[in-house]
Amino acid sequence: MKQRLLDLWRLVRALATDDAYERYLDHHRHAHAGAAPLSRREFYLGEQQRKWTGVSRCC
Amino acid sequence: MRKFLWILVALTGAFAVGGIALHRGESINAMWIVVAAICVYSIGFRFYSSWVAAKVLSTDPTRATPAIRLNNGRDFMPTHRWIVFGHHFAAIAGPGPLIGPTLAAQFGYLPGTLWILVGAVLGGCVQDMTILFLSTRRDGRSLGQMARDELGPVGGLAAIVGTLTIMIILIAVLGLVVVNAMKHSPWATATVFATIPIAVLIGLYLRNIRPGRVLEASLIGVALLLFAVVGGGWVDHHPTLRTLFDLDGKPLAWFVIAYGFVAAVLPVWLLLAPRDYLSTFLKLGTILLLAIAVVIMRPEIKMPAVTQFIDGTGPIFGGALFPFVFITIACGAISGFHALVSSGTTPKLIGSETDARLIGYGSMMLESCVAIMAMIAATLLDPGVYFAINSGPGVVGATADAAVATISSWGYPVTAEQMHALAREMGESTLFARTGGAPSLAVGMASIFSSAFGQSLLALWYHFAIMFEAVFILTTLDAGTRVGRFMLQDALGHLWKPLGQTSWYPSVLIASGLVVAGWGYFLYIGVVDPNGGINILWPLFGIANQLLAGIALCVATGILVKHGKLRYAWVTAVPLSWIAIVCTCATWEKVVSTDVRIGFLAAAEALAGKLASGALTPEQAAVAPQLIFNQRLDAALALMLTAILWIVIVDMLRVSWRVVKGLPVPPSSEAPAVALAEVRT
Repeated sequence: MKQRLLDLWRLVRALATDDAYERYLDHHRHAHAGAAPLSRREFYLGEQQRKWTGVSRCC
Repeated sequence: MRKFLWILVALTGAFAVGGIALHRGESINAMWIVVAAICVYSIGFRFYSSWVAAKVLSTDPTRATPAIRLNNGRDFMPTHRWIVFGHHFAAIAGPGPLIGPTLAAQFGYLPGTLWILVGAVLGGCVQDMTILFLSTRRDGRSLGQMARDELGPVGGLAAIVGTLTIMIILIAVLGLVVVNAMKHSPWATATVFATIPIAVLIGLYLRNIRPGRVLEASLIGVALLLFAVVGGGWVDHHPTLRTLFDLDGKPLAWFVIAYGFVAAVLPVWLLLAPRDYLSTFLKLGTILLLAIAVVIMRPEIKMPAVTQFIDGTGPIFGGALFPFVFITIACGAISGFHALVSSGTTPKLIGSETDARLIGYGSMMLESCVAIMAMIAATLLDPGVYFAINSGPGVVGATADAAVATISSWGYPVTAEQMHALAREMGESTLFARTGGAPSLAVGMASIFSSAFGQSLLALWYHFAIMFEAVFILTTLDAGTRVGRFMLQDALGHLWKPLGQTSWYPSVLIASGLVVAGWGYFLYIGVVDPNGGINILWPLFGIANQLLAGIALCVATGILVKHGKLRYAWVTAVPLSWIAIVCTCATWEKVVSTDVRIGFLAAAEALAGKLASGALTPEQAAVAPQLIFNQRLDAALALMLTAILWIVIVDMLRVSWRVVKGLPVPPSSEAPAVALAEVRT
């Protein structure tokens, strides 16, 4: 039961892109070991800029 | 056993579709429509989509997708298919599928419902899935780039011009819907105004207080939005405050125009991004709530299956069933705009090619389902009430008595007392001539919600529904203005380099100003037009959206032929042919029809005649030259859109012909195949 709730919580966070930074850190650890990752704030602002440069919403 | 189950689904579906098609009489339960829809979607998804994925597209689960090959932890990242499904659905679902069916309900519930089901299963879903797959094979390239790479520069240019045009018209018509919903409604206006500072507050929270904590910030924001709905009610009951928010159409139009400009030039984190988080939460929550409420309430549909207005004399928009039901319901059946999203962020997240089926076909099915719910919400109203809300004063008469007399004479009895009582219940001063679809949808949603979850809160539910529609209309408006700005900057950059720099402020201001001026013009004319600008703008938007779908289907068909799939090309060529026929016929009628409610040029001539003979009042005469010019401009625009569609079709046929004849064509832009196993090691 507890596991189910945790899974649901993970799904909700992923759908809301609440976990984007953790996923970025995860990737960064693998791909660029040693280099300093962006801070949470820098990452968030950069992502917003990227996301709103193309068509991301529809009629 | 499985086979038996699917036979059962098919039989139930056939029975339900037959039921809604053949039913004639007082009323029919909405569950017939719901069951028919679920069966049609299930069969479409289980059989047609898997056949298209396997035979036509040949999706390959062993081939590494760009998300895997180019994984950068940000935009390229393999993501679980249900999560991508959620993101993709949130991106494609906008106000279109809510408004189109509401307007098309003037033909009765049947034509719109059938088109939504058939159009989605054979057209829209196939388009979305195919473009998503093709873009995934091309590292997430955009529709415009694919058109240029695969068909040539003509197709590419047409796609870009088409996209920019649809953006301008779409934003204008959506702006008009919001303005009409707020006009002389202090409650709605105060609530919608309040959403802007709330978004800014959330933007500051997400940047400075708890950076990037999207979930908690959204929950706070949604709570504030709900509070704004209640607060709007207080404003409405306050004698001085209410006059402050009791505004005419023109100032509201200027407000929307100013908002659009400001939102396009401000940093995204301040207004656009937080507003989008709120609107996405609200959208998904409300759609879910509506689906639950429809099932709990099981409302009776009061609108007849087919009305007399299929002959083209409808009060909401002029034009006969063919081609106008197919133009009016664009989103929900087939929407070209989706091709832009399907060739944008989504292909960069797909972890396996086989996921394109669930994400592309499945999301569009859900969007189509939203359109079905909007159709139910519109047709459960008494037809007399529905026509009283949605018909402009130019059609049914300016006074309440004139309007109810006209509408009752059509065979849809309604009384002024009934309308006043309804308006009082909804907390509005009047519901006559609230054109644009949003108010009647809100009345429908409020009656569904209140009878499913408690009768007493009708006015709150009504304004919640208005706020819900306004919030995501404004999100589409500011996101669209921003995209338009980038496209224009890209184009202007070819004329003079510095104008192409997206962060150079003079260029930002000029490009944003031009885009806002473009849609602001159509919005303003729509507001001053006494016959209601929806009658003009919505068909134009429908044509533009179908044109974009046509371009997307051309790109898909061309690529299928180039890849030796000529015998399967009908999968996209059949919907393409239908779109081409519908668009061309609609444009023809909108341009040459002698009926002033259909033909742009006839309307311009009629108005010019009245102006010359002095039959207009001074106020009417003052705006007449603008309206005449606008009608002629609309005719030119419709012709241009259809011409673009045919240029791309001819270009696609030229490329296909060369393929068949073995002549050289632009090479495939597909990224080289890399096996999944190679990347993993």
